[in-house]
Amino acid sequence: MEYGRSRAVVVLEDGAIFEGWTFAGDGEVAGEVVFTTSMVGYQETITDPSYRGQIVLFTYPLIGNYGVIPGDDESHKVQAAAVLVREYTPHHSNWASERSLAALLSESGVMGVEGLDTRALTRHLRDKGAMRGIISTVERDPQTLREKANAHPSMLGLDLASTSANITEPTLMTAIGEECCRVAALDYGVKGSIYKELRNRGATVLALPGSTSTDEILDSEPDGIFLSNGPGDPAALEDAVDILRPLLGEVPVFGICLGHQLLGLALGCETYKMPFGHHGANHPVRNLRTGRIEITSQNHGFSVREGTMPDDVELTHRNLYDGTVEGLWSPERRAWSVQYHPESSPGPRDSGYLFDEFVGTISEKVAT
Amino acid sequence: MPRRDDISSILIIGSGPIVIGQAAEFDYSGTQACHALRDEGYRVILVNSNPATIMTDPEVADATYIEPLTVETVAEVIRRERPDALLPTLGGQTALNLAIELHEGGFLDEFGVELLGASVESIHMAEDRQLFHDAMDRIGLRVPESRTVQDLAAAEELADRIGFPLIIRPSFTLGGKGGSVARDHTELRRAVTDGLDASPVGSVLVERSVAGWKEFELEVMRDLADNVVVVCSIENVDPMGVHTGDSITVAPAQTLSDRQYQTLRSASLRIIREIGVSTGGSNIQFAVDPESDDFYVIEMNPRVSRSSALASKATGFPIAKIAAKLAAGYTLDEIPNDITRATPASFEPALDYVVTKIPRFAFEKFPAAASRLTTRMHSVGEVMAIGRTFTESLLKAMASLEVDAGDVIPNLDEASAYRIFAVFDALRAGMDIPEIFERTKIDPFFIASIARIVASEGSLSSGEWSREALLEAKRIGLPDETLAAATGSSTEVVRGVRRALGVNPTYKSVDTCAGEFPAQTPYYYSTYETEDEVARGDNPSVVVLGSGPNRIGQGVEFDYACVHASYALKDAGYDAVMVNSNPETVSTDYDTSTRLYFEPLSAEHALEVIRREKPDGVILQFGGQSPLKLARELEKSGAKVLGTSPDAIDLAEDRSRFGRLLSDLGIPHPRFGTAFTADEARPVAREIGYPVVVRPSYVLGGRRMEIVYNDEDLDLYLNASTGTSPEHPTLIDKFMEDYVEVDVDAVCDGEDVYVGGIMEHVEEAGVHSGDSSCVTPPITIHRALLERVEEYTKRLALAVGVVGLMNVQFVVRGDDVMVIECNPRASRTVPFISKATGVPLAKVATRVLLGEKLRDMRLWASTNGHFSVKAPVFPFDRFADVDPLLGPEMRSTGEAMGIDRSFGGAFAKALIAAGQTLPVSGRVYISVANREKRSVVLIARAFADLGFELAASEGTAEVLKNNGLPVSVVPKIGELGDDVLGLIEEGGVDLIVNTPWGRGARTDGYLIRRKALTHGVPCITTLAAAAAAVQGVESAIRGGTRRVNPLQKLLGVRT
Repeated sequence: MEYGRSRAVVVLEDGAIFEGWTFAGDGEVAGEVVFTTSMVGYQETITDPSYRGQIVLFTYPLIGNYGVIPGDDESHKVQAAAVLVREYTPHHSNWASERSLAALLSESGVMGVEGLDTRALTRHLRDKGAMRGIISTVERDPQTLREKANAHPSMLGLDLASTSANITEPTLMTAIGEECCRVAALDYGVKGSIYKELRNRGATVLALPGSTSTDEILDSEPDGIFLSNGPGDPAALEDAVDILRPLLGEVPVFGICLGHQLLGLALGCETYKMPFGHHGANHPVRNLRTGRIEITSQNHGFSVREGTMPDDVELTHRNLYDGTVEGLWSPERRAWSVQYHPESSPGPRDSGYLFDEFVGTISEKVAT
Repeated sequence: MPRRDDISSILIIGSGPIVIGQAAEFDYSGTQACHALRDEGYRVILVNSNPATIMTDPEVADATYIEPLTVETVAEVIRRERPDALLPTLGGQTALNLAIELHEGGFLDEFGVELLGASVESIHMAEDRQLFHDAMDRIGLRVPESRTVQDLAAAEELADRIGFPLIIRPSFTLGGKGGSVARDHTELRRAVTDGLDASPVGSVLVERSVAGWKEFELEVMRDLADNVVVVCSIENVDPMGVHTGDSITVAPAQTLSDRQYQTLRSASLRIIREIGVSTGGSNIQFAVDPESDDFYVIEMNPRVSRSSALASKATGFPIAKIAAKLAAGYTLDEIPNDITRATPASFEPALDYVVTKIPRFAFEKFPAAASRLTTRMHSVGEVMAIGRTFTESLLKAMASLEVDAGDVIPNLDEASAYRIFAVFDALRAGMDIPEIFERTKIDPFFIASIARIVASEGSLSSGEWSREALLEAKRIGLPDETLAAATGSSTEVVRGVRRALGVNPTYKSVDTCAGEFPAQTPYYYSTYETEDEVARGDNPSVVVLGSGPNRIGQGVEFDYACVHASYALKDAGYDAVMVNSNPETVSTDYDTSTRLYFEPLSAEHALEVIRREKPDGVILQFGGQSPLKLARELEKSGAKVLGTSPDAIDLAEDRSRFGRLLSDLGIPHPRFGTAFTADEARPVAREIGYPVVVRPSYVLGGRRMEIVYNDEDLDLYLNASTGTSPEHPTLIDKFMEDYVEVDVDAVCDGEDVYVGGIMEHVEEAGVHSGDSSCVTPPITIHRALLERVEEYTKRLALAVGVVGLMNVQFVVRGDDVMVIECNPRASRTVPFISKATGVPLAKVATRVLLGEKLRDMRLWASTNGHFSVKAPVFPFDRFADVDPLLGPEMRSTGEAMGIDRSFGGAFAKALIAAGQTLPVSGRVYISVANREKRSVVLIARAFADLGFELAASEGTAEVLKNNGLPVSVVPKIGELGDDVLGLIEEGGVDLIVNTPWGRGARTDGYLIRRKALTHGVPCITTLAAAAAAVQGVESAIRGGTRRVNPLQKLLGVRT
């Protein structure tokens, strides 16, 4: 595929302007601009449903180096609204790659823009907070573009999860190897590797749309319930929280990312929008029970507010960068969750023990 | 876990003199460790024999022992200081090996010294191939099939089983010494034999070769609480088969997907845990199949390494400093990240730029050696560059190399020095990427990136430049020089156009976190973007231009001087601004200067920094030739060069101007002349009178300097070199045979001159001053002559117009004192003299540059009644077939210092520290040239009196017998009976005195010297050094080498 090059301009809601050239797609697209500091894993990132609708800015300047590798997608399509990089690598090189990133983006109708001062843009977002932006190859006028960026819905209060599930019907995925337990997984925009982690440990996963009713969930007689990651503001998902609340205490529950935030809300905590969130693969998180530090994969713009945690909810993990809540545990309800991504993809695999614990706990229940 | 309070004093072992495979990076790491531990309130005791280091400055440790790194000496230091703990992981392989030997000798247990960082078991497990392989088996990781063998038969058996190619590595050596690839049985025999010789424990590892696979390195840190972080991933551009020290490397890894990278990362965590490195950094190397997800673990260094230094500079994560704090009991999360100050060190740096390292080679110094790269390291230094893209960082690194592409004859098909130039050439000639990959196994990602550069070179050659086209070229990283060449203009014009179009570099920070947090540390690199991040403030600044890559002739001594300049600038209230491209150094540490610009030392990059900084001045005189050669261009562009003016530099360096000056001043000098054409050379040489010293003008380190004795030799020299021309004339000097050479380092403020020290060379004139041992204060020169040396130095300094440092070289014989050279800049001996006398010359010079007067400084040099000897270290053992003879071309890589109250003791210590063993008993073999037969008698007698048995070649033996000495005759090489080579081989010789005669390769003398080298028998090649060795041996017998004293006491420094 010929990778074309047309001028693209990025305008943020505060009027800041950055210029580049397209390496895939063209036209105009708006979304919240977020930066990720992970140096590898662009393919996993752009196919991660948690990034749905966001314009993803890679701080690592060379993107596309190893092309696109079959099996490394986190969902069935490119989820990001657009991709911003310093330099796109047209000549990808890796034995496993099948095609170029530009080809994948073009085919998905997603714009890729290179050549802009991504570090300046990152620093801008860091100082001013995540904000909406618009990329255009058709409109030149900054004022018009700024107005359009401001007209785009704000992430605060935005329900994206309800429409992000990968499935519309319950879908059964059997355990790899001998089955040790059954997990009902509520899909708010789940990353594929989470299911791989569960199934590799012997769990059969029944994937359910996030809107599945409490009764339906319990009717599937799961040994444990998993709450997936997903995009958007958790506080906008009142229905989902209502579904969860009665589940707590019935069977063990484990949540990741948005699932963690929803668990927090169901347990009575509040969530808030962070200035520019956590997106990367290098954040240190302390497991407060063991004292050990994990280097974690992060991707979230909202967080559970520590001061609102009820007394019977224990803080299990804390981010060592900014002290934010990274893990919860409600002993009475046998429910726990982490804000970060133990399935990594992309990122370090320091936290796989969380899947061991979840599968182990619910398997023991089966055994007894 | 907080700081350990159960220990209060810590011993740190440095890495000794600079050798190939162990260079300035350990000054950087040791200095960081000393600072870190002292900041924590520990008493730090340091042992290191290398004076040219910041770490051995008396302010850096509480007690600094500039003593040989031997078990005996360090045990003596332990006995005297009684440290609670020993930290052996920051002084390279030398420190690690010493720690093991101290443990095995029972010294650590005897004095209750705890080993920090890595246990003896861990060190063994990481270093012993078999134990390491077993460990990898236990954690399910693969290493290439292999076996440790003690003899050739076992190696051949393995070869029959797993086939070729095989790789052969000797156990327990550094820098891959002795490692090589065997493609057939013949090569295997040679490789195993050499390897067994090189290994101190007489074993080698024979393993499956994964040559051609991709090579990756991960820098890993672990704390006592078992937290592990990967600081940096490094991808080697040159595939497996080339030592990583000789490879172009890039950080972070470029061609691995997340899944592939995380597999290596997870493996690294398992490895550091299994090996059991309890605290600190380790370097783990992997070979990755370019065709599948297969990979092998290659090796692990359980210590701070050259790669850790690179990783520290590449990421801003100070591995050595953190390693020291971890050893003191802290955990990663308890240590703040210096750069953000708001976040802890328990994280993995995120880069938003690309780092490229290119090694610097010195094959031109060893013409007999093949420049093919192997698993044995040959490079003498390296450059690092930072850019926002790979192309930009690669081109900046190439600009930093200071290697002229025209001087390099690279070969695409062979992993040779600077093969990257051949990749450029092949692409320019139209070769396609798959073919280049096929021939080099360099990943197509890198080749394609270079193809982009080559394409952009082509697109610029025609038409007028738009701002956009120019910006695009600069963003790819093309230097002004390339743009000028492509368009037939000059760099001035290109710079002018850039300025007019507003195409100027911006400076970005290295911040460890890709912009996620504000950076507090001013560590910058240039790139062409929209936003500039330099926090300049209003304080006046002074720019110090560093010395670039270490090379023979321009080593860590110059970095030492630059660092001192920076310290002095800060003391004087200026913002000290460092520009340098060498990742191995203290000068490129982010907290050495007020601001650090990691940039090539090219005129373009220096001028851009000056443009950005608007400094009060620029200091060029500390960094050696690299900054000095920019003097004219910087001055022309309006930069204010502090100190000695470029014109004064020219006055001292231009042979004819300098000659006239000496004559005017009435200072004697040897006859000299300049030949601008080859035809002029003969008459000039004849008029001066043979023998003469010939060399190109403006060189450092005696590059292509030779002594010629007649017309034929002169023609040979001129034919072998690129010739002589009006731009590059050949200098011809009378060679002052049998003179003693004397070096002086001095500082001049334009009114007064401070003579920092006078050094007497041990070897007679003719040996390059950098390769000669020297002693201060002088031991055989009359006071009146020394006064004349001082007086000439002062007269010269004022007449040349020196402001700052200068080095003058004299030759002395009888009552004659002549000047042979004057260099108005920092010399190689500045750190040595500073340590010998306690006066930090570079700091003094910096204050002078800022306008202070010497008379106000009250400088007081004191040698306190001791002698200091500097002894050079040579890399001959790395270069097969090279004659280890001393001559006018410098070939040493570093130096060691010995201090004692007697000359003999100091000389012996310096020799031992420089890696020579000095026997106290046994047999001396003597074989000298006819002209020296007379003088050798007394030396031989002295050895006999010290209890040595004498053996000699036939001619020499006859002379000794005539003089009543008992001596056995050793047959000539090739004659019947056990000749000298056989004798050396079977360990029948403990010391060799062999002075050269005759020209050409493969003389008997050459064979003896090579044999001595491979068998580690000390071989002395000048009579002067032999006479000094006698004193050294005598002192060693009397225990003089066991006397140890801290520098602070010797200099009367209070700490």
